[in-house]
Amino acid sequence: MKSIKFAFGISLFAFAAATGSAHADKMTLYCSAQEDWCQLMARSFEEATGIDVNMTRKSSGETFAQIRAESANPKGDVWWGGTGDPHLQAAEEDLTQEYVSPMRDQLHDWAISQAESAGNRTIGIYSGALGYGYNTDLASANNLPEPSCWKDLLKPEYKGHVQMANPNSSGTAYTTLASMVQIFGEDEGFEFMKGLHANINQYTKSGSAPIKAAGRGENTIGIVFMHDAVKQAVSGFPIKVVAPCEGTGYEIGSMSIIDGARNLDEAKKFYDWALSPEAQNLALEVNAFQVPSNKNSETSPSAPDMSQIKLIDYDFAKYGSSDERKRLLQKWDEEVSTLPQ
Amino acid sequence: MRKVSVENTGLSVLIFWIAAGWAGFCLLPWYGIEDGFFSFAWLFDGYPLDEDYAPAAFLIAQSEKMWLAPLIAPLLAPLFVLRRRKSDPVYSATLILAGGLGFAWLIAQGFGIGIRGFSYEWLNAVFGELGDRQFGMGYGALLVATAFLFLFTQGIAARGAINGDVFVVSAIGGVIIIVATFVFFPIVRMLVAAFVTDGGHYSIAVFVSKFFDDRLWGLGCFWGARCGAAWNSLFLAVLVGIITTGLGLVFALVVTRSGFRFKRGLRALTVLPIITPPFVIGLALILLFGLSGSVTVFVSELFGMQPTRWLYGLPGILIAQTLAFTPIAFLVLIGVVEGVSPSMEEAAQTLRANRWQTFKTVSLPLMRPGLANAFLLGFIESMADFGNPLVLGGNFDVLSTEIFFAIVGAQYDQSRAAVLAMVLLFFTLTAFYFQRVWLGKKNYTTVTGKGDAGVHPLMPRRLSFPVFAVAGIWGAFTIIVYGMIVYGSFVELWGVRNTLTFKHYITAFSVGWTEHGLHWSGAAWDSFFTTIQIAAAAAPLTAAVGLITAYLLTRQTFAGKNAFEFGTMLSFAIPGTVIGVSYILAFNVPPIEITGTGIILVVSFIFRNMPVGVRAGIASMSQLDKSLDESSLTLGANSWQTFRKVILPLLRPAILAALVFSFVRAMTAISAVIFLVSAEYDMATSYIIGRVENNDYGLAIAYSTTLIFVMLSVVALLQFIVGRTQIGRRTQFATRT
Repeated sequence: MKSIKFAFGISLFAFAAATGSAHADKMTLYCSAQEDWCQLMARSFEEATGIDVNMTRKSSGETFAQIRAESANPKGDVWWGGTGDPHLQAAEEDLTQEYVSPMRDQLHDWAISQAESAGNRTIGIYSGALGYGYNTDLASANNLPEPSCWKDLLKPEYKGHVQMANPNSSGTAYTTLASMVQIFGEDEGFEFMKGLHANINQYTKSGSAPIKAAGRGENTIGIVFMHDAVKQAVSGFPIKVVAPCEGTGYEIGSMSIIDGARNLDEAKKFYDWALSPEAQNLALEVNAFQVPSNKNSETSPSAPDMSQIKLIDYDFAKYGSSDERKRLLQKWDEEVSTLPQ
Repeated sequence: MRKVSVENTGLSVLIFWIAAGWAGFCLLPWYGIEDGFFSFAWLFDGYPLDEDYAPAAFLIAQSEKMWLAPLIAPLLAPLFVLRRRKSDPVYSATLILAGGLGFAWLIAQGFGIGIRGFSYEWLNAVFGELGDRQFGMGYGALLVATAFLFLFTQGIAARGAINGDVFVVSAIGGVIIIVATFVFFPIVRMLVAAFVTDGGHYSIAVFVSKFFDDRLWGLGCFWGARCGAAWNSLFLAVLVGIITTGLGLVFALVVTRSGFRFKRGLRALTVLPIITPPFVIGLALILLFGLSGSVTVFVSELFGMQPTRWLYGLPGILIAQTLAFTPIAFLVLIGVVEGVSPSMEEAAQTLRANRWQTFKTVSLPLMRPGLANAFLLGFIESMADFGNPLVLGGNFDVLSTEIFFAIVGAQYDQSRAAVLAMVLLFFTLTAFYFQRVWLGKKNYTTVTGKGDAGVHPLMPRRLSFPVFAVAGIWGAFTIIVYGMIVYGSFVELWGVRNTLTFKHYITAFSVGWTEHGLHWSGAAWDSFFTTIQIAAAAAPLTAAVGLITAYLLTRQTFAGKNAFEFGTMLSFAIPGTVIGVSYILAFNVPPIEITGTGIILVVSFIFRNMPVGVRAGIASMSQLDKSLDESSLTLGANSWQTFRKVILPLLRPAILAALVFSFVRAMTAISAVIFLVSAEYDMATSYIIGRVENNDYGLAIAYSTTLIFVMLSVVALLQFIVGRTQIGRRTQFATRT
């Protein structure tokens, strides 16, 4: 009996410790960038300000879903990172709130125009261009030609070698779909997706999974953001990064303050801090090769040089809106994903 | 003399609950405290007048939340019967009315008024806009609700139900309420959610269109496209059920019917799946058989074949689940195979049947309940499995992952998730039903207590060769896979840099010194401590609820006992994914608002694992003779004292088994957890999933390996404390589920 009482005592103690801790200054951060970057941001902000940060990392789609689910009763304060579309969508649905940071004049134009298109409910913190990467070992083992354009990926010899994420679950893949529609026009863009479908070996759930699989040698070509591909190459995997010749779309990684944030003051402090060069330079410590939005931040020499890449004039307002997004996704679901492979 | 003492205890219990009700109403904050259930900052922060922390009485005194005022009447009423005798009909009628109405009002106002005023349109239509709102219930409401419940049960007991036994009636009432709250309520919420449109209205058409979706029931795989997730799940689960049952039987035969030497080693195998984090096996398979896996590369170089991605999809999931769930089937079947009485087999042999005939016509049919149980377990586990399809699924969509991505994906479609969850629930309950039908009412009892000497005959030779071959191959395969897991945690970058390193363990579990003292700097510590805390909190509560339920089921008879049993066992047939979805739908909004807290994790574990506690309790309690209770009652103890002083101490092994089982399950669960974790309460398994998604296999495997060893030591500790009796008991209850 004694041991049982003891166990009960322990458990009550554990329960008490697990379910509550009071603290004066704290905030909840929803982070949609890679885990180690999220960790580093949270810890560094704690060190800089003494404010405790509760951080959860989820992909931008998941976070958006969570914020929407909690909209009646918001639990998070700041949503940092992740591709811009869901941020714009959240702004459109009034899930995030307006804030004009004093740091704004230090930012690149693309970051500010991102904010303006969303009524100042979000802001750009980094940007990255879409592209693909391939595993050079596997490509040569299979005698594959080196691809350099989007259309190259439609060649029959790549059948079963290409991977991309499912646009329904990944912001990266939705950006791919929207970019194709903008590069080739809607009809030809969907023809491209259909042709690509024939060569795809798996639609992954998360956006950067295809290039990670390619790094491990479980896949040959992964359609991802180039900075994700660069990261795999820098970590030692045999990955070659390609900026497609037709031009490509890009994302603006964004940050928003959640509407109804319980710790609004701390949230604003984080927001300002995250736009500073000190905070943005942290990206280099974790091999995040995106281009930072503060003009004074450093860029990694390994990062893809945005000035060398042919960027399209990506219409964030149109393709970030829920209606257009729903329409394209439904069309993709009906016309592309059901085709035999 | 005795009568007086019983009256007195009855009175003091009544006074206690009346006082508790008033304390909840006048002293404790009525609404949930935002900083957490166990933070007490409110004591110094505007209590008792501040609206967020005020007790109900103070709110009413300030003319706020006036809908709480009617609660005063049922709180006052019981005070008038304190002087009356228990046998007085006014006594029971007052308590039943006060308790019942008070509880009903509490629930009605909780659901009727939410964070946006009235929750239902018709309330607005009848009473006009409320202009006020309320949040989730807190300590005060909880205590008042409990008080009403127990006043009600005391009223029922006073009317003479269950011989007027207050403890038993209250226990039944308590279990019914918590099961209704945490099992039935979420499921009902989920069923309702399946009919909700984007605009928040209800429509059958939405349900129909989502239910008959091609992604669910499509049969495209017959002509090159893809099949629906429902068919995939069903097909996979049936295959896994059959294969694991077959392999489990093979291992059970080796252990019980052969001269095999390392039987203990085989038995040790049974704990493996229980302590293995759910997707580790998937990872190990990728490292072995993936496109660049060690075996794949070796074989393709040897035979000059082109490596393929055959692993991703049905084959991979099938292998991983078979590896994971075969030991569970083995655990079930070993008890059954041992349980077949040797005297039956001897009788058959005396009648000149040869060994093969005996096995085919006597032993095998007698194992039917075990086979059915093993199949059912494999089926349900496969349906609910989340980790393996996530890692190995490829384009083979199954229900559990589809549910997850319906909720968390960019499509964010709760009603689709609810529809999928209903399909999943329908499959498992149907399997449950068919198992009952197949077993029917036949009698499989062979151990009767009458002369039962004898030893089991060895397997017929015709059987023993294939059995040993299969067992040997599969056993070796299991060992290789687990060896890979340990090895993989020490490899720097699998397949690229195969140097051995402690790097992953250091990243995950490093500890440093700072000026503030010990600093847990490893990346895994946060989730590790949370996991241990949550598991440690859930385990004893699970055991307690389970054992009380078991006591009621074995020792008491009452109306609706069968329904009661079904209700408490239901959560066993509900896959974790379904629990996860239904919990978010049910507990994200008042009156019970616990998403994002540690409490929801604890609660989900309690009701996931409770059936195991119940079964363990029933198994042990049926071994205790009823005369023990009776003598205790005759000597003047009431049933609470009997339960505490006589039955509990005799149940020690069952209690410890239930404790450890629920602790370990809480550490390895993923399917429900993945929906319920939050920034503050991240569990080990969801953290590992995050690492896997991030290509960080080394860290994921190192963390998993650590968890395996932590749990192994917990199980070993239990074995040490309880001794071998525990295994016997666990087998026993496992066969009865």
